[in-house]
Amino acid sequence: MKFLGLIWINLKRRKIRSILTFLSIVVALFLFCTLQAVLETVNSQFKIGNENRLVVRNSISIIFDLPISYLNWLKSLPEVKSVSYTNWFGGIYIEERNFFPQFAVDPETFLSMYPELIIPEDQKIAFLKERTACIVGEGLMKKYGWKLNDTIHLKGTIFPGDWPFIIRGVYRPATEEFGDNMYFHWNYLYEKSERAANIGTYIIELKDTSQAANVARVIDEHYKNSSYSTLTQDEKVFLLSFVSLYGNIGLLLNTIGMAITFAILLVTSNTMIMSVRERIPEIAVMKTLGFTDFLVFILILAEAIFLCILGGLSGCLFARFLYNVTGFNASGFLPGFHVSFKTIITGMIVTVIVGFVSGIIPAWQSSRLSIVNALRKV
Amino acid sequence: MPPIVEVKSLTKIYYRDSQKIPVLENLSLLIDDGEFLALMGPSGSGKTTLLNCLAGIDTPSSGSIVIGQEEITKLRGKSLALWRSQNIGFIFQLYNLIPVLTAFQNVELPLLLTKLSRKERHEHVETALSIVGLSDRIHHFPRQLSGGQEQRVAIARAIVSDPQLLLADEPTGDLDAKSADEILELLSQLNKEYNKTIIMVTHDPRAAQKSGRVIYLDKGVLSEQKE
Repeated sequence: MKFLGLIWINLKRRKIRSILTFLSIVVALFLFCTLQAVLETVNSQFKIGNENRLVVRNSISIIFDLPISYLNWLKSLPEVKSVSYTNWFGGIYIEERNFFPQFAVDPETFLSMYPELIIPEDQKIAFLKERTACIVGEGLMKKYGWKLNDTIHLKGTIFPGDWPFIIRGVYRPATEEFGDNMYFHWNYLYEKSERAANIGTYIIELKDTSQAANVARVIDEHYKNSSYSTLTQDEKVFLLSFVSLYGNIGLLLNTIGMAITFAILLVTSNTMIMSVRERIPEIAVMKTLGFTDFLVFILILAEAIFLCILGGLSGCLFARFLYNVTGFNASGFLPGFHVSFKTIITGMIVTVIVGFVSGIIPAWQSSRLSIVNALRKV
Repeated sequence: MPPIVEVKSLTKIYYRDSQKIPVLENLSLLIDDGEFLALMGPSGSGKTTLLNCLAGIDTPSSGSIVIGQEEITKLRGKSLALWRSQNIGFIFQLYNLIPVLTAFQNVELPLLLTKLSRKERHEHVETALSIVGLSDRIHHFPRQLSGGQEQRVAIARAIVSDPQLLLADEPTGDLDAKSADEILELLSQLNKEYNKTIIMVTHDPRAAQKSGRVIYLDKGVLSEQKE
């Protein structure tokens, strides 16, 4: 502890250089935490998938739809408990930047299949009995300042025109990964679009989870030679394939993260090497006074690690604070986005490693320094 | 009085590429406890090399140095550093204070290696600074002090851990005459009042006069001053 003061004084000796290095570490760890949080959020999407639910989609791509006529046959399968269906709406609220996910659903089957949407019973009844009604996540209500029974207007993009909706219910997602979406009656979409709307995905709830693979195979076999062949997956796999539309996002983000880490490693190494080079005579004096090679090694290494921890912790906490306060979720694409405690721990481990690696060469050089040779440089 | 320093057949050879440069040749020397010894000689005669060997910061090529009861030529690494911290006070020509530390912090530096408490360290530092007459400059940085004051802080740093042996490498070499006299007076006081053994390298005959004994080193060979 008695050497902490010495480490701190040495860090302050070139204030501008130390501050710039500190800020570069803050920015780097802020970015690192952001990237890790994106990855964590994307990965958490798989957690909301349920193995008891199957998703049937067009085998060509998720952007192609399926006919409503499939509904009765799917319901008739003996292993199926219930069938619901959804369609992506893609409307704009006032202006384009106000993006949030909107789905046309079959209300009764959908709500009974998704207990993850927690909604008061009276609001649920109000939603079910009114064709233009919708339910929205409480986060959206807060974000746009809506109130229950407000009418909101969306501008259709896939289904053109002005689309009024009455908010009859506000749900709370059981897990934050479920996100803040808007759900409304598929029948309303079908009728107002003059029967242009089809089905984006069918969702099947099974009586027995163990039958999932068998049922999926039966469905896909049945529609194999039709104009709308299907791909049936359990919900987790479906969400995984949805994410894969972005490409190998994990590899991309991890590569960027590593590049950032490498960059701060270079910056910190440079700072430490310059700092030690300026202090060669002082280090020689300290050794003359009786500081051992090992103690000098530890002091220089501790200086690098201390600087990195200071910057890293600030960067991590800033990221956590900023995203928590702003409620950032990339316009709904990253529901539940936040910098977790686990991300902060990972960031701090990276920080300590960077500090260690950047300090080890100057620390080793200092410990190996010959007193007599170094004193000649005074 | 028993000798505190016993140098036997000390040889130091430097190598520059394939060239062999002998600096100290088969040198022997006895220094009594409480002596104030001036070491004189022309530039390149090996004075500083001998001082560095005595301080344990340079290694002789052959021979032995016994200081107190310890043969320091047999010590290496950590044990040598520990011995230095407990037994040697070193005073440099250019003071070599750490510029970012105050006078107090510079003097406290050797005490960080001891097990003294913070309070005890403070007491030791204040005592050392009062001995050198700088109690009123305790929180000044080296840049805020004159050359003579800087050297006083350096002397305080050398004596703060109460070593028996003080080694001074041209302590007045960078000072004006008045400051040099003050420093020499201080060293003399440390020798007489605090019974410190002092070995001082100097070019200045006036400085040498303050010491009790003067020895000459020329081309690596020692000779005693003829009265």
